[in-house]
Amino acid sequence: MSLLSTPSQTVGPFLSIGFSALAVDALAAEKPGGERVRIHGRLLDGDGKGASDGVIEVWQANVHGRYASPEDPQNKPIDRAFRGFGRVLTNADGEFRFSTVKPGRVPGPGGTSQAPHLAVTVFMRGLLKQLLTRMYFPEEAANEADPVLKRVPADRRHTLIARRGADDALHWNIVLQGEDETVFFDF
Amino acid sequence: MSDLAAYESAHITHEDVIGDVAGYRRPYYKTQPEYLYPPYRSTIKRAPTRSLVWLPHTLSEITGPVFGYDDVKPDDADLTRQHSGEPLGERIIVSGRLLDENSKPVVKALIELWQANAAGRYRHDVDDHDAPLDPNFTGGGRALTDAHGNYRFITIKPGAYPWRNHYNAWRPAHLHFSVFGIGLAQRLVTQMYFPGDPLISYDPMFNSVPDDNARQRLISQFDWEGTIPDFAIAFRFDIVLRGREQTFTQSTRS
Repeated sequence: MSLLSTPSQTVGPFLSIGFSALAVDALAAEKPGGERVRIHGRLLDGDGKGASDGVIEVWQANVHGRYASPEDPQNKPIDRAFRGFGRVLTNADGEFRFSTVKPGRVPGPGGTSQAPHLAVTVFMRGLLKQLLTRMYFPEEAANEADPVLKRVPADRRHTLIARRGADDALHWNIVLQGEDETVFFDF
Repeated sequence: MSDLAAYESAHITHEDVIGDVAGYRRPYYKTQPEYLYPPYRSTIKRAPTRSLVWLPHTLSEITGPVFGYDDVKPDDADLTRQHSGEPLGERIIVSGRLLDENSKPVVKALIELWQANAAGRYRHDVDDHDAPLDPNFTGGGRALTDAHGNYRFITIKPGAYPWRNHYNAWRPAHLHFSVFGIGLAQRLVTQMYFPGDPLISYDPMFNSVPDDNARQRLISQFDWEGTIPDFAIAFRFDIVLRGREQTFTQSTRS
């Protein structure tokens, strides 16, 4: 007999009481291999205003393209110091900032290989369940053949790809509504 | 099935099909809220307006972060012992099992809890409800499930509080739960309500779940057996996360 899953409910405005203890904005240890990246962005609501009461959770593979999870069957190196999990609460202007290393590629369905990406979960007041999106990297040839990006209408793909700023950080906003509304997944 | 095909289906480990994973079951009809639910006003400016893109579950969604005893200390599950004195209010024990839809316990999983104090006030800058803070109560805690998927918190029963969503809007007493399963696709944040609370049926958040049976799963049960004489009454709240599809997904290569 199978069970049915518990319904989701919003985090509400006071999520920091529950989420602050395990917040992580620097995902990689001091001397990681691979390309170190800083990511800056804003979480914007339907009025274009920064949402000050959101949380962004990041899940990613290590530089070799392996997840620090027993569910990943790949025979690739594990970095014990790299959990691959980040959690950042947005500030008063809806901004979030974190640093990490660019992940390697992980296998996709049908013998494909996924382009480097971060799986990004968003919780906030006004969301009755989380949003799931992805951040891909700029100047990355593998984006072209990524099996998930391919499912996204061509005119919306840019919402999932960060751009490199003059400060060398990667900039990527999460836009909840409107013209450049970020692609969110039905998962 | 030929011997070779039988061998291959039993030993699908080669690199090019490792990405073909059995995904998690999609939510059953009407058992989860939609993003847009206008009676809860904040959804109007925050729900996506464009079509969601269907995502096949890949390695990225069936894996998820692993937490352990470096993240959660045994004392983190007792919200009444975080300060020098005891918080005011009715001491309660809240426990349950974390299972997936296939009835399998989810072991060593992280559960985070947060809540208002007994007067219905959160220890948070944004909460301006005219009710007292309790110097002995922060309202946040964490636990890891044990080898059978059990978790247990000791806390105090939160109060109801007003929230201005509509005329005379009061949130029923509730605990916020954040749960990490094994896979990212199982991630769940929910709220637990208390049995017999007359405010529940007026609450847009509770009512955002279309299916009545699903909604009822958000209400805990009084737990006489878990109640400890002369110490605290208990409530039971089992949490069910999505389960993996049972069928093995074959390679889509032709």
